[in-house]
Amino acid sequence: MDYFLTEEQQMIVEVAQQITDEKIIPQRAELDEKEEFATEILKDIAKADLFGLYIPEEYGGYGGGCFEVVLALEQFGRGCVAVATSFAASALGAYPILLSGSKEMKQKYLPDVASGSMKAAFALTEANAGSDASGIQTTAVLDGDEWVLNGTKQWITNAGEAQIYSIVAITDKSKGARGASMFVVEDTDPGFSYGPKEKKMGIRASATRELIFKDCRIPKDRLIGRQGMGFITVMKTLDLSRPGIAILGVGLGQAALDESVTYAKQRVQFGKPIISFQAIQHMLADMAIQVEASRALVYAAAKHIAAHQKDMSKASSMCKVFATDMAMKVTTDAVQVLAGYGYMREYPVEKMMRDAKILQIYEGTNQIQRNVVGQELNKEYT
Amino acid sequence: MLQINIDACIGCGLCEEECTYEAISVVDGIAEVNDKCTLCGSCVDVCEVEALHIEREEKQVQSDFGDWSGVCVFAEHRNGRIAPVTFELLGIGRQLADDLEVKLSAVLLGSDLSDKASKLIAFGADTVYQVDDTALEDFTDDAYGNVFEDIVREHKPEIVLAGATAIGRSFIPQVATALETGLTADCTELAIRKEDRTLLQTRPAFGGNVMATIECPYSRPQMATVRPMVMKSLPEDQGRKGEIISYTPKPERLQSRVKVLNSVKEDRDQINITEAEIIVSGGRGLDDEKGFALIRELADALGGAVGASRAAVDSEWIPYPHQVGQTGKTVCPKLYIACGISGAIQHIVGMQSSDMIVAINKDPDAPIFDVATCGIVGDLFEVVPMLTEKIKERKTS
Amino acid sequence: MNIIVCVKQVPDAKDVRLDPKTNTLSREGVESIMNPYDRHALEAAVQLKENYGGTVTVVSMGPPQAEEVLREAVSCGADEAVLVSDRAFAGADTWATTYTLMKAIKKIGTFDLIICGKQAIDGDTAQVGPGLAHRLNIPFVTCIRNITNCEDSLLKAERLMDDGYDVLEIQLPALLTVVKDINEPRVPSLKGKMKAKKISITSMSAEDIGANPEQIGLNGSTTQVVRVFSPEPRGEKTMLTGSVAEQVEQLIEKLEAIQ
Repeated sequence: MDYFLTEEQQMIVEVAQQITDEKIIPQRAELDEKEEFATEILKDIAKADLFGLYIPEEYGGYGGGCFEVVLALEQFGRGCVAVATSFAASALGAYPILLSGSKEMKQKYLPDVASGSMKAAFALTEANAGSDASGIQTTAVLDGDEWVLNGTKQWITNAGEAQIYSIVAITDKSKGARGASMFVVEDTDPGFSYGPKEKKMGIRASATRELIFKDCRIPKDRLIGRQGMGFITVMKTLDLSRPGIAILGVGLGQAALDESVTYAKQRVQFGKPIISFQAIQHMLADMAIQVEASRALVYAAAKHIAAHQKDMSKASSMCKVFATDMAMKVTTDAVQVLAGYGYMREYPVEKMMRDAKILQIYEGTNQIQRNVVGQELNKEYT
Repeated sequence: MLQINIDACIGCGLCEEECTYEAISVVDGIAEVNDKCTLCGSCVDVCEVEALHIEREEKQVQSDFGDWSGVCVFAEHRNGRIAPVTFELLGIGRQLADDLEVKLSAVLLGSDLSDKASKLIAFGADTVYQVDDTALEDFTDDAYGNVFEDIVREHKPEIVLAGATAIGRSFIPQVATALETGLTADCTELAIRKEDRTLLQTRPAFGGNVMATIECPYSRPQMATVRPMVMKSLPEDQGRKGEIISYTPKPERLQSRVKVLNSVKEDRDQINITEAEIIVSGGRGLDDEKGFALIRELADALGGAVGASRAAVDSEWIPYPHQVGQTGKTVCPKLYIACGISGAIQHIVGMQSSDMIVAINKDPDAPIFDVATCGIVGDLFEVVPMLTEKIKERKTS
Repeated sequence: MNIIVCVKQVPDAKDVRLDPKTNTLSREGVESIMNPYDRHALEAAVQLKENYGGTVTVVSMGPPQAEEVLREAVSCGADEAVLVSDRAFAGADTWATTYTLMKAIKKIGTFDLIICGKQAIDGDTAQVGPGLAHRLNIPFVTCIRNITNCEDSLLKAERLMDDGYDVLEIQLPALLTVVKDINEPRVPSLKGKMKAKKISITSMSAEDIGANPEQIGLNGSTTQVVRVFSPEPRGEKTMLTGSVAEQVEQLIEKLEAIQ
């Protein structure tokens, strides 16, 4: 379907598309198999200027918004959700600085993030703080001109690969939700180390590790925004980033659909290509319908978010739930269409199905997203 | 310019369908040509009413072709060994020279050439022009090009042939440019049109999907590089007589602006399979790493690169850069020999457009035979060593 | 360092086939692309520019629509683009092409290095690079697989040979042709694409470059295509029979005959 992109938006799609077809797709199976971080591909993405898509021109970026990022991520998601996640996680790590950081902080980090020479990561989750962020135990205490951090962050995407980390720590336990603050930690900071790389079901080419802070001392000015504003920045960040996860579902669903249709046209059983059987046709039709509906919703949500600084939550959560549940279903169906071949690692769809699952989990489980939508409805209908 | 005779044109559209460049279209019942025309001439050939014509000015011939006589081949050698293509050039050169009733000469450049010249005679040359000079120890385009050009100018052969090898395809084009004559690259077929003693040079184009026959009508010599492994060499005849003439080049012609610091010989494993014209590939059927050595030997004998199926790479018999297929490289060599590869679709998509595919497998129902041009059902541990042996024999004979 | 890269627009060769029934070239679905080797030549030039500074100028001889590949080159890092286009150039063989490019490059001005792809995939001749170097009277090396250093007008590089590679030192100005091993071409960047959209491409006609009409196009060509035909069909699958020795013998005959 034609979404009437502007000429520049079309260019973003073309650039991302070419990287996906020429760099990501040929390597994705090997990267997945070896659980290897896609360093070279991310360099290619950097050379193509895409790391700067969402960063204002004054900091060396392109000056686009949520929708532009979504267009690029759709292509990357079509190629490999692991690579796309590494890219998206860097944006997620940079958003807090972009949204709440001081001018000096922006000047210090954003130009390097825009050029791709610096990757970022976002660290909220802990062993006892998943969907319930109030369980956060990492603390930051001001000691003279330095903050001293202690605690452990868990399952942090890009950990060990990124150079800067936007982390959430408790600065005043007594203030509850107002007691959390965000900080920038650099990978060379003393007292900062990583846990071992996690073994995952899917998105195996992305890096996931713990961040360990043991009396990690960072300069005072690494505080992002004001003290106690941590959760507000987190919420704004996630509202802005969720359409990026949603669109990975769309790209992934599209890829699964492409593989399924191509295969169904080639595969002959009972003397006919299996696409001529209605049982298969209906599956493919449902896949196509769901992918397109998801795309339309995510695009609309991304445009809404780009245009409205407030009231982003509902749109953001809706599209994340819809498109990622869709991706799980469509990739599962793709494996079914390819059947025995689909189950084999020789073909790409089993990886797609493994990769799809995380989309329903990370950046807020789909259950939490439904809570958000529900709460928003409750507010709207008062 | 392409001329269209509008009285003859019937607007049938054959030329429009024919044109690869979308340069001709039928407008109001008459063919019209646009800027995209490359004058390839395919529309002229296809026109049934002879309405199309390519105008070409009659050219002045360079000089009287009578001065130019004989067939000359460039005798390539490297690392002390005469390249197999040299013997093949002598084979086809001999045939062309006999058709023209002229002499066959060879040009041998290098340093410390020992008895190479007499070997060239034994394989068919009448005359060998030899330059034995330390300045020619390493191949450089400048020195080799200058000296070869000077010898050709002096002896005026009507036909000059060289191997379409890394060396031949590198320095022969500048020689042709210097001699102000045409050159046809990578020929697979050469013949003489006896009426006018013209060399008909046939070569593949568009990646081998199309063949073109080319001639060089206005200048001499007629030059061609010839694809290795295509022409047949003659059996060695120690009793053949011929003349070896030492040629002394002018010192300034031996200078090179490019310095060879080092020549590194690499084994077949290092050769990038996407550039290779011949690939020998092995799969699960080789059983183990030792079995895979057979593949390397055959590749070496053929002067080809080593490929592998995913199964062989996953078993770590050979590193990933050699993998052919969906998750490896897509290759399109002139010859692909698949040994012990069953032919999973993921492998086939990476090699199916090879010009010739030979499959060796013990399972007669293996899918690899569906894409093979030539199949042997049998034990590869028997077939492959024997094939390697025979190819080596053929080369040294 | 001023680098000139020669690029050619070619039909995507893997799609070009002679229709066996009509014996005509089937153009259905054939796309025009930048010659794949030229993408590597351009990448090599852009990397040299990034390491040593300078400019990259791409030049293409071809019909007006060859402008597309020049814009693509700009989107991948070239600074300037020159289209050498004139109907009088049509039908050129490599001899006439090298003459035309030589005249155009002289018109463009000074340069330190010219980089070409090893060959174009439509003709596969690999002759334009060496021929052009001869006409410009500069040294050249073909089949470069690695450029290791470039200092004081001396370039160090590796040339791919049939049995390995040579390490070379080349005095600039010079011409190189490159093989695909040399690099992984980058894809267009966003800024590059925007620049490519706006850039004005210099166009040069036969008159602009001061070409002698007798040396260009079909009339300037030394070779002539007299017949185009379909290669021997690959034929149906032949399964060999007999003893192992007999089968091997038959296979060797086939290798000799078919090649």
